[in-house]
Amino acid sequence: MGSKSTTAERPRASAEPGRLAIVCGLAWLIPGAGHLLLGRRQKGLIFLVALPLMFGIGLWLQGRLFPLDMSDPLVFLGAIANRGIGAPYFLARWMDAGAGTVTAVSYEYGNTFLMTAGLLNFLVIVDAFDVAMGRK
Amino acid sequence: MSHFWLMALFAFFVSLVFAVLLRDEPREQLKTGAMMLGGFMVTAYVLGWLMYPFPL
Repeated sequence: MGSKSTTAERPRASAEPGRLAIVCGLAWLIPGAGHLLLGRRQKGLIFLVALPLMFGIGLWLQGRLFPLDMSDPLVFLGAIANRGIGAPYFLARWMDAGAGTVTAVSYEYGNTFLMTAGLLNFLVIVDAFDVAMGRK
Repeated sequence: MSHFWLMALFAFFVSLVFAVLLRDEPREQLKTGAMMLGGFMVTAYVLGWLMYPFPL
């Protein structure tokens, strides 16, 4: 029968809070940058290419970047997902992209690509956090 | 681009990111990614056919 691990047995956080914040902030702003900063070059490069590309395909498919509208919970959640991609989101807004064409056949596909790219980047941020903590 | 190819493209990106997150060795990443991609595609294809008789 295996024994349960206690708090004393668990590995301690190996990173300083400031460094963790920088890693997570950078990982959010530039997909893959957190991993690159931590020396995980292969993973970082794949995220750096794949996630912005997925976001770009979403824009190409005429998806919409949702506003932070609290009156409609689903739109609000979509807006949070959109912002998960970091800098590409702000770049798209700056270029007036992501207005969304509701009548386009590919509109919903575009939304799915845009939101999923952001949500996947949230997972990448969590992974970078774990690496920085020495858990992986 | 057809619905099928858009789905395949979507499945490819999701599989790629998950495989790279979950595995550290390139060979394992490739294996996991291929299995996930296959799983997504087969599941979507089967579900598509199962839904076929139902009218909208």
